[in-house]
Amino acid sequence: MKENIVIQLYDVRKSYGSQEVLKGINLSIAEGKTTVIVGGSGQGKSQIIKHILGLVKPDSGKVVVYGREITRVSKRELREIRTRFGVLFQNAALFDSMTVYDNVALPLRERTKKSEDEINRIVNEKLALMDIEGSNDKYPAQLSGGMRKRVGLARALVLDPKIIFFDEPTTGLDVAKSNEIYRVFSRTQAKLGYTAVIVSHDVPKIFKLADYVALLHNGVIQGCLTPEEFQLSDDPVIKEFVVTTMGPLYSSEMEV
Amino acid sequence: MGKTEIPDGETEMLKYFEKIGANALYYINEAGRMGIFFFYSVMSIVKPPYKLFPVIKQTYIIGTLSIFVILFTGAFTGMVLGLQGYHTLRKFGAEGLLGSAVALSLIRELGPVLAALMVTGRAGSAMCAEIGVMRNSEQIDALECMAIDPHKYIIAPKFIAGIISLPLLTAIFDVVGIFGGYLVGVGLLEANEGMYFSSMYKDVEFNDVYMGFVKSLCFGVLIIWICSAKGFYVHLSRDGGFGAEGVSRVTTDAVVLSSVSILVFDYFLTSVLL
Repeated sequence: MKENIVIQLYDVRKSYGSQEVLKGINLSIAEGKTTVIVGGSGQGKSQIIKHILGLVKPDSGKVVVYGREITRVSKRELREIRTRFGVLFQNAALFDSMTVYDNVALPLRERTKKSEDEINRIVNEKLALMDIEGSNDKYPAQLSGGMRKRVGLARALVLDPKIIFFDEPTTGLDVAKSNEIYRVFSRTQAKLGYTAVIVSHDVPKIFKLADYVALLHNGVIQGCLTPEEFQLSDDPVIKEFVVTTMGPLYSSEMEV
Repeated sequence: MGKTEIPDGETEMLKYFEKIGANALYYINEAGRMGIFFFYSVMSIVKPPYKLFPVIKQTYIIGTLSIFVILFTGAFTGMVLGLQGYHTLRKFGAEGLLGSAVALSLIRELGPVLAALMVTGRAGSAMCAEIGVMRNSEQIDALECMAIDPHKYIIAPKFIAGIISLPLLTAIFDVVGIFGGYLVGVGLLEANEGMYFSSMYKDVEFNDVYMGFVKSLCFGVLIIWICSAKGFYVHLSRDGGFGAEGVSRVTTDAVVLSSVSILVFDYFLTSVLL
């Protein structure tokens, strides 16, 4: 089965000061699939997403999105590419002087010509999907971390994007809520068929969602494999990661 | 390669030059950034779609909310001009010119400059801090990722509001100042009431009002430009611009730089417009 590659990183390197964070990232993201990037804290997982979004320029290497090199395109083209993105930042990055409702409505107001009634309907629908109906008039500062995350998710999904980037979608949520997020996620993906790039610590649960798992270790991607292959991999780095995060039990079991 | 071959004293000196070079590069960089920022902002004002509501909101924040401060400072500036002017002019027996002295100095010079300084302190600092916080909490990145132009969404309404507000605030400042001068000069110090206004009618020409108007317009652009660009690029400031302290530092920078440039530009504008 030939997969359509929508995002490709070629040998992307990035240093901050004397510290080289990304040491030659090669990664391909297949259309309609969920790719999960795992790895220890501070390894630069979020940096990969920021490179793909065009927020950070690599020192060397190429980032190609939809066949176009994101560091070389004009501002207008970049914006055009980004219209297909839905992004959840690690800290949700909600507009803190706007209410929850206005936060979710903003992309609709700025990017579409929908009437206020229609916007109202869509926003309430998305907020209901995330289970936060009663908080329309609250400000982000009045919400808990988990609720903020869900508002961020609602905002990321409000324009039905083609590719979504979730930076730690379930960090700070309790088990029930994060399970709910995963359910919402697979439901919407089944319906809308978007491509997803997720950065997560939530191993092994996140493996249920993943079509591919990529491990970032020491600034390099150690294989981009299916969850099954990942868990059974002979690569010493991956093996160590699997054992330390899931325990030896999982590595000997086929079923997740 | 070379470092071991150079005697100690000379490396010290090299460090000094290195520092000068690094500083120069930093400021050239910053100047370039500010220029690009201005260009993008102007482009985003010109480009459709045009939205009225954000402009009204910003005009309210920059203009309407500054009225009280402007009334207060305007009145006292006019009053002190009346007081000083009367005593100075009396030495030459020229109290009759008090009206035109007060009006001319307000309309041509003090009105635009002081109104701009007050707006810098009130609205400029707030604007810089607001945009700086948005940058530091990734809200501007979030906008960009939603394919919303942050220049269009955040900066353009502020620019338009600044261009609308500053001339109007200056006008209020001038009028209130003239009546403040009247209050002190005529009410308190017994200058001739008729002379106060008739000398003003006679001496104030359209050119003076025009000069004040052009100045206030330029200052409006200058304040919004400097204050919003400083906040917008807080992450690129030399110390990293991290967190609350980073924002507070650029806010201070923005207010200082705007105030200084208002006075510098005032000189050059005057010399061009005279």
